[in-house]
Amino acid sequence: MAPPKPKEVAKAPAAPAGGVAKKPKFGVPRNYDLGNGVVRFSKTKMFHKKAKYKFIGKKNPKAEKPKKPTVVVKQIGGEKNGGTRTVLLRRRKSFYPTQDKITTRSHHKTFSKHVRRTRPNLTVGTVCILLAGRHAGKRVVLVGVLPSGLLLITGPFAFNSCPLRRIPQRYVIGTSTKVDLGDFKLPKHLNDDYFKKNKKSTKRSVKRKEGEDIFASKKEKYVPSEQRKADQKSVDEAVIKAIGLRADKKLLRGYLRSAFGLRSSQYPHRMCF
Amino acid sequence: MPFARFVQPGRVALVAEGPLKGKLVSVVDVIDQTRALVDGPGSGVPRQQIRLNQLHLTKFRLKFPFTAPTRVVRKAWTDEKLNEKWAESQWSKKLENKEKRAQMTDYDRFKLSSARVKRNRARTPVFKSLKAQAARKGVFGKKKVPKASVKKPRVKKETSAKKPAKK
Repeated sequence: MAPPKPKEVAKAPAAPAGGVAKKPKFGVPRNYDLGNGVVRFSKTKMFHKKAKYKFIGKKNPKAEKPKKPTVVVKQIGGEKNGGTRTVLLRRRKSFYPTQDKITTRSHHKTFSKHVRRTRPNLTVGTVCILLAGRHAGKRVVLVGVLPSGLLLITGPFAFNSCPLRRIPQRYVIGTSTKVDLGDFKLPKHLNDDYFKKNKKSTKRSVKRKEGEDIFASKKEKYVPSEQRKADQKSVDEAVIKAIGLRADKKLLRGYLRSAFGLRSSQYPHRMCF
Repeated sequence: MPFARFVQPGRVALVAEGPLKGKLVSVVDVIDQTRALVDGPGSGVPRQQIRLNQLHLTKFRLKFPFTAPTRVVRKAWTDEKLNEKWAESQWSKKLENKEKRAQMTDYDRFKLSSARVKRNRARTPVFKSLKAQAARKGVFGKKKVPKASVKKPRVKKETSAKKPAKK
């Protein structure tokens, strides 16, 4: 008994001082544990405290709840079907479905919406070596990364005739050489849709008309639109201007003009780029 | 030719492989036919045993008695100025250049090759003309070559024939 006493003394002045931290009067049991399974007030004491004697022999009339129907009777058409069926409104307690549930999946995780991660060294202005495609081996300048995760690169076209083009980052080696493009910003209309292949205009074989020579393969030649030419020009201008600001502009131009290749006893995994 | 470098106390060796690769050590004692006790107080190598096929022997040899403690080895090392001598040696310079080449970026490689092209453009015609002159004089044999058959070297521009610093 001795140890808890000073505690209560210390607590008592603290409670009114705080004022706010007072416990609510309702719902808090008056009885409390003294330890070792002994409670402060005995069962009898609590009986009196709660004035339970008042309620002995008292009964509240229970309000009758209307019973909810558990089954419903359904009419069934057709001959020799019995006419009606009684169907349970709720599932049985032990209900084991024989068929898998058809779950609707949220479509917010489709491939087109995946998070794209670009290699950290592939920043805007990086000189990259292309490894695949018809421009493989060329050294080009990275202009931006599109929402689809594809890199947008340009030769510049005047240097190595590589146009504005999309390419996956897998097919690129990022070098440590970087062109400082400053506050260059890609025009907004240069997005993924802009570069999407227009299947009609590409070099697919064109449908033959009646009476045409079957063996003559006819292909439509790709011609860049005026819009493309204008965009190519505007982007290249910024890149070439940035190159022109460098002290080693002549060398860098030659560098971008030349193609990458491996000599004997050169191993790309051992080389620095 | 007889062998000139031996695994012997004081012999300085370059570690060729393993975690200590590229560091200099000095042989303190020979444990058996395949292993030696080495120490490298001047190169930060703690005293330890090492397999002989991990070592490349150098021409340097420190003077200290075999199984000498590290402090004796250290004194011999500093007195000999081994680190400076090693840095001056052709071998270490070659290693340095190799390292430099390995560190070259793609752009550096392009710069080097374009510098070499420049140098060779200036050098080849000069060399060819000298060679033709020598041939005419009969340096390569008694038979003198008539002048008419010698092709005139095409000299574009006699620009500065200075060699670009080879990286």
